[in-house]
Amino acid sequence: MSDLSKAGKIIAKEIIADYAGVRIVKLTVSAPEISRKAKAGQFVVVMASEKGERIPLTIVEADSKAQTITLIFQEAGLTTKILSMLNAGDDLYALAGPLGHASEIKNYGKVILVGGGVGIAEIYPVATSLKQAGLPAGQAGNNITVVIGAKTKELLILEKELRDTADKIYLMTDDGSLGQKGFTTDVLEELLKKDKYDLVYAVGPIPMMKKVSQISQSFNIKTIVSLNALMVDATGMCGCCRVTVAGKVKFSCVDGPEFEAGQVDWEELEKRNLMYLDKEKHLCKLKG
Amino acid sequence: MEKKPVRAKELAAGKRISGFDEVVSGYSQEEALAESLRCLQCKNPACISGCPVNINIKEFIFQVTKKDYAGAYFTIRKTNNFPSICGRVCPAEYQCRKACVLNKSKFAYCGPEAINIHFLERFVGDYGMRNNLQAPVEKDAQSSKAKVAVVGSGPAGLCCAGELARKGIAVVVFESLQSCGGVLRYGIPNFRLPREILDYEINYLAKLGVEFKTNVVVGKTVSLEELFQQGFSRVFLGLGAGVPSFLGIKGENLCNVYSANEFLTRVNLMSAYKFPEYHTPVNIGQHVLVVGGGNTAMDAARCALRLQKINGIKPDVKIIYRRTLTEMPARRLEIKHAEEEGIKFRFLVQPKEFHADNRGFVRELNCLSCELREADASGRRKPVVLEDSDFSIPCDLAIIAIGLEANQVLTSATPELKTDKYKDIMINPATMETSIKHVFAGGDIAGGEGTVIEAMGMAKKAAISILQNP
Repeated sequence: MSDLSKAGKIIAKEIIADYAGVRIVKLTVSAPEISRKAKAGQFVVVMASEKGERIPLTIVEADSKAQTITLIFQEAGLTTKILSMLNAGDDLYALAGPLGHASEIKNYGKVILVGGGVGIAEIYPVATSLKQAGLPAGQAGNNITVVIGAKTKELLILEKELRDTADKIYLMTDDGSLGQKGFTTDVLEELLKKDKYDLVYAVGPIPMMKKVSQISQSFNIKTIVSLNALMVDATGMCGCCRVTVAGKVKFSCVDGPEFEAGQVDWEELEKRNLMYLDKEKHLCKLKG
Repeated sequence: MEKKPVRAKELAAGKRISGFDEVVSGYSQEEALAESLRCLQCKNPACISGCPVNINIKEFIFQVTKKDYAGAYFTIRKTNNFPSICGRVCPAEYQCRKACVLNKSKFAYCGPEAINIHFLERFVGDYGMRNNLQAPVEKDAQSSKAKVAVVGSGPAGLCCAGELARKGIAVVVFESLQSCGGVLRYGIPNFRLPREILDYEINYLAKLGVEFKTNVVVGKTVSLEELFQQGFSRVFLGLGAGVPSFLGIKGENLCNVYSANEFLTRVNLMSAYKFPEYHTPVNIGQHVLVVGGGNTAMDAARCALRLQKINGIKPDVKIIYRRTLTEMPARRLEIKHAEEEGIKFRFLVQPKEFHADNRGFVRELNCLSCELREADASGRRKPVVLEDSDFSIPCDLAIIAIGLEANQVLTSATPELKTDKYKDIMINPATMETSIKHVFAGGDIAGGEGTVIEAMGMAKKAAISILQNP
């Protein structure tokens, strides 16, 4: 049985960060149908090989003319390592999407987007869409402030792209090698103390999103996060990605992936995302 | 003197739990012949009306008695495209066999004396498969103009595609996952339905001209409207009942609490039992609890037991059910197989709360005892929780198999598609047409949870409507 749609061919590959064994990879993939439909905030499911896992990846860019989408991921587990071994001309075994709800793009006013680590790739399409939010011709879209952070300058991705989009940008590194030394949440707190904002949008490691949520809640600002729950089918069929939001069970794949930060049960999500830690360790041993 | 029913040979329980090989062997020709000769060839055969697709059971069994196996195969194929699948997974004891005149059982399911119609069907289906028998395509002028999109490649979708393709209609099947078969692939384990059988049946449709497009999520990748723009004249929706129900009790999101859908999808579709050769992991525990009493619960429990065995863990899998053995909706054969394999049943038990360790992994299930009272709307006796009957069962992996709800990916993207209070698609029961003209639906998305063959029955009805006016 063959997949007759031509989606899944890798058109280009770029290692956009490589530091102390941590690599962040950007793939441009042929996806005629998905590229026409994709909206900011949505994701695809990818299988690198026939024996591979189904993993969700955010659609970073969609170019309906070139019929391609861009995916960015950091090598972490086995699947992302296998994915990063693929090259231009290779085919993904499976590619399906666009999945999940799109971000709500409208004129909020002043927006802060916070991106941590590879999460920066996920705030980029939202920042772009919010900037271009459907306003009458001649009027500016949202006023965009971007705060991005990473361990060190080599891992601070999409800086140029976001600088072009944002009205203001703050760079943070854990070691101070670029921008200020410290965390994105430090800047967020300062900004919120000084000025009034209408929306905070954050994607990054769970501890970062949790902290963002605490800070912005104390300033009573609507805050949206995009969750990185584990998934299998990603179409609402299995419930692997269930999270508790405002006391109710939600499926990240079909009810999300975005939720109001203050309503997310972070502790539960953090634990559930570590459910296969033992298996991953086992794999690391096997692959040496 | 009445002849004894011919039992199908089975792998010994001790042997089969070490892997996922098929448990029941098919009849040999001698066995099939002996069983077919028990059929009384009733003047008014009740079995046929007991079959959701009305297979001419009397006729095909008669053909088996005459050793006309090819004839029997084409008799079944007239009304059922998948004899090798249905012969394996149909709950025949609730359907055709229950209606068999030889049946003496007073229960909802038949006794062993009823003709083993399913085993005969399987024998005939497998004979056809082994000998590559192919039913002819009956094209007519009208059908060649039509092009039908089938959404979903589970039992309903495959059946509808088969019915249409046989009449020469161009059919494209859209499947959201990476491989076709729907619940037959992600839900039903290999030991009940070997993958080769499923692949053969799908391939059979491909040979009839059916085109399969995987990784297409209709409603997301492409809308219904766009399908019509692409030149499809009719659309059939066989979306299935995709969303797992949960108990709604505390601790249900703990680590190692799975929906049966997730557990089975990992094991069956993603081959997690072959981890790390296959990359999708699945956890297993020392003390597994499965909540539910249907086929899915049996499948999940038996997969879990095999995973324990494969991982060198002493098998301990318990099925927890609110009612008793008699009310269990699972196929009797699956219950028997589960028991033989060492799965324990705890009846009249209602889960109350899962408790965890400090890493958030489930450690025990707190339960309540029930007793059965008068029958409810479903006709089954209603379980009522007894006060102060709390007790705990150790549990480091739980699987919730209490049913499914409608998947709303397509319906929420298509507001014109009317749904009922269960979010199932509403259809005209005479034609299976939905609230959108030229869009038909069948299977679980149109009728709540049913069996494979019931889904096929609905799909067939839809196919007939489409054929009348393609």
